[in-house]
Amino acid sequence: MPDVEVGDERTGTNGISRRRFLGYLIAAPTLVAAADLQGAPPASASVATVQPVDVYDLTDLLTDAANLTASLITVTINPDGTASFALPRAEVGQGITTAVAMVLADELELPIEKVDIALSDARPELAFNQLTGGSNSMHALYDQLRVAAATARGQLARTAAKQLETPLRTLRLKDGVVSAPDGRSLSYGSLTRAAAAPRTRAVLAQLKPAAQQRLVGTPQPRIDAMQIVTGTKRFAMDLDVPGALPTMVCRPPTINGTALAVLNEAQVRAMDGVTDVAIIPHTQLVPGGVAVRAATFGQCIDAIRALQVQWAPGAAAGKADADVLQDLIDAELAMTPTVGRTLDERFTFSFRPGDPLETNCAVADVRPGTAEIWSALKSPISFQETVAQMLGLPLSGVQAHVTQGGGSFGRHLFADAAFEAAAISKAMGRPVKLMWHRTDNFRQGRVHPMCTSRVRIAYLGNTVLAFDQRHTSVATDFTHGLGEILSATLGNLPEGDFLGYSQSIFTLTANVPYNFGLVTQLLNEVYHPPGSVFNTSSVRNIYSPEVTVAKELMVDQVAKAMGRDPYRFRRSFVRDSRMLAVLDTAARAASWGKAMAPLTAQGIGLHHEYKGYAACVAEIDCTPQTVNRVVENGYTGPRVTKVTYAVDVGLPINPLGLEAQMIGGIMDGIAQALTYGLHLREGYFLEGSWDNAYYTRQWNCPPNAPPAEGIQVIIMPPNQSEPGGAGEFGVAASMAAVASAYARATGTVPTSFPINHHQRLGFTALPTVPPIPQSPTDGLQEAF
Amino acid sequence: MPTYTFILNGAQVSVDCAGEVRLLWVLRDLLGVHGPKYGCGLDVCKACTCHINGKAFSPCSVPVSDVQPTDQITTIEGLPATVGQPLHPMQQAWLKYDVAQCGYCQPGQIMAAVALVKQVRAEGRQLTDADIDSLRNVCRCGTYPRIREAIVEAAATM
Repeated sequence: MPDVEVGDERTGTNGISRRRFLGYLIAAPTLVAAADLQGAPPASASVATVQPVDVYDLTDLLTDAANLTASLITVTINPDGTASFALPRAEVGQGITTAVAMVLADELELPIEKVDIALSDARPELAFNQLTGGSNSMHALYDQLRVAAATARGQLARTAAKQLETPLRTLRLKDGVVSAPDGRSLSYGSLTRAAAAPRTRAVLAQLKPAAQQRLVGTPQPRIDAMQIVTGTKRFAMDLDVPGALPTMVCRPPTINGTALAVLNEAQVRAMDGVTDVAIIPHTQLVPGGVAVRAATFGQCIDAIRALQVQWAPGAAAGKADADVLQDLIDAELAMTPTVGRTLDERFTFSFRPGDPLETNCAVADVRPGTAEIWSALKSPISFQETVAQMLGLPLSGVQAHVTQGGGSFGRHLFADAAFEAAAISKAMGRPVKLMWHRTDNFRQGRVHPMCTSRVRIAYLGNTVLAFDQRHTSVATDFTHGLGEILSATLGNLPEGDFLGYSQSIFTLTANVPYNFGLVTQLLNEVYHPPGSVFNTSSVRNIYSPEVTVAKELMVDQVAKAMGRDPYRFRRSFVRDSRMLAVLDTAARAASWGKAMAPLTAQGIGLHHEYKGYAACVAEIDCTPQTVNRVVENGYTGPRVTKVTYAVDVGLPINPLGLEAQMIGGIMDGIAQALTYGLHLREGYFLEGSWDNAYYTRQWNCPPNAPPAEGIQVIIMPPNQSEPGGAGEFGVAASMAAVASAYARATGTVPTSFPINHHQRLGFTALPTVPPIPQSPTDGLQEAF
Repeated sequence: MPTYTFILNGAQVSVDCAGEVRLLWVLRDLLGVHGPKYGCGLDVCKACTCHINGKAFSPCSVPVSDVQPTDQITTIEGLPATVGQPLHPMQQAWLKYDVAQCGYCQPGQIMAAVALVKQVRAEGRQLTDADIDSLRNVCRCGTYPRIREAIVEAAATM
């Protein structure tokens, strides 16, 4: 048993009881501290109801899994007075490094500038504590960070008390300095060696009370903002790894095809700048094709376009949207028997790109006996273990570095580019800097699966008797990280039970926030195992946007059938006071029910997930003059003119970052409702550029210069002791609100998404052979 | 191998490469200037936006042979020097509104925004929502609303 000693008693208690945790002082030359959260109380329910998420949800599961190795995550106090922390999560724009720096600086009593956050390499010993997903990072890390920091702070105080020969309780800690009442002081940097633990031991850590936190809960700019605006933030493709030359892959004309032979290899090898050409077979891990390495990416593009390749098709060959839709309808699970009047509708959601702006990319240097790989990995442990196996190397021979990601939206749970770069580097025997072409990202990358969501509501008079939802989806891939956590924590899921993974995620996230009597929400999937036909991943907010759109549109319908206003109807049926609060807040701020011109309307959407509550009111303009605006090579259509988003995450850590995540989620919601999808024809997606796949552009964004009203995010005051999730929490309610507004403005309830999916294609699809287009040459004519 | 020369962020530079290699790869792969990002290589996403003689353009779509020895190419790294300040007012506005999320598109966004404001000013007009609507730069994180705020702010201070 380790020694246990009482921690920092610096601050007066005033009779307020404070949470105490066990921390560790780790044997090291300077002060290193960690948290022990194995004894942390498991999550418990406060509201009894029929839905599983009220008792235990995905956030609880991921946090409990992560806490098992909390003691292996350490905060180090350096002799220069700074603190260092190697964050075992990915930063992909969600702002986790900033939030972590805030929490540590606050608990350590250090200025935030003195807390250095690096992204940790893969550390297999962390087990389930190095996965970035489910908007869970801050929920899982909040206690881990504070306990580790409080342990360090307590030890610094005790060490200072000894050196200053002053009672502990009289010392003040501020800005990295411990001060005695007589004015003498010691800096953290000067104390850290003396404070270091000669052997690892446990101590009690005393957390700062919430009222004394000075950073948590205040708006803080991103810690990398200066690097970003000066162009010095380094992403994977900006790394300077010796010998790692630009590398791209010539990909098949249909999804998951495989290269059989190159018919003109010698000719391509002789092209300007080209150093290597190698066939990379398609496997479950490696998308593959024919890899080309050259002096510049431009010369890779030239070589890929020159390659003549014989291909074998993948399992999606010949398939089109209509084929997949029929398979989904055939697989839909039966509804429960019902009484009363019913409203019944099936909603269809097309495939949707899941990609960030930075395309799939990785740097790999595979040599005999070792491999070093750099990529924006959200599941680096799973990657390191799997790539070691793939390369036939011991785990200790593989280093997996986590780089800053240029967006993710769930995409980087999968390390496709990292596996592929490793395979190419091995095949070529040289370091490679692998980058996917944008067109490949759309056509061969992972997508949000096509799905249907059928909702039936049974009602009688003013009572809803039952709510049935049957969600049927192309299989979502949860392998490589999340699946293993589910297997290990839920116990009853055998490794590789793909439908089991999906159903677990669905059950741990789907919910109906209304008192609607008997509620059933069930998932079925087609095309198992995932990846066998289509490449999917858990795109931002996974099932929830589609589940919520179908649900909320039908809530509007039942309200209409009862002759009630959508807002007032929801008011009388929501089953949680926090949901009622966000609903009322959003409705009030948006002036719900105000007079609107013809073909314009407000719509409403609610969503509960990630320990939080969100209500969104969107206003849309479907007038001909707006819908028919012309933007060259762009899609205009209806314009969302105002969004009001009230969000309650329990304990907001960084309101500025939280607002940013909601804004981003709202932009996704607008796109997903109106414009952003993929058309499947003959086994490939027609979209190959951002001018084909219509993610929100400035001309689709609500204007926010006066007199327009733009976007208003209202963050509810803290009402919990722990933070909920933020990164994905802006999508579902906003997508539902936009769909609802469209229905109310046009008088037609949309049943297929994005709403423009069945309109005439606004572009000519790029060829599939060669698989990528040549870059234009007329860029100077476009200069402005 | 031909040699191409131009003025990059105030300094004359030369590269030996084939003339059709697009300027983006000359900057990133041969000269090691990483501020301009690759997002599509099709002159669509505008993540690589730089300035040529003060005007915004996409180097992914310009063969290096089209660039003249006297042409001034400015990347995000050279933007502050164009106003003789540690940061350009547009960069300051970006910081004030904490615009960025992942940051990948933001160098291109800032370069495009600077050119837009200058263009509007040259036309003797006030910046409008319609002007901002004309920016094609993709931000997949969806920072558009804060970008709009920052541009309006910078337009008043530039």
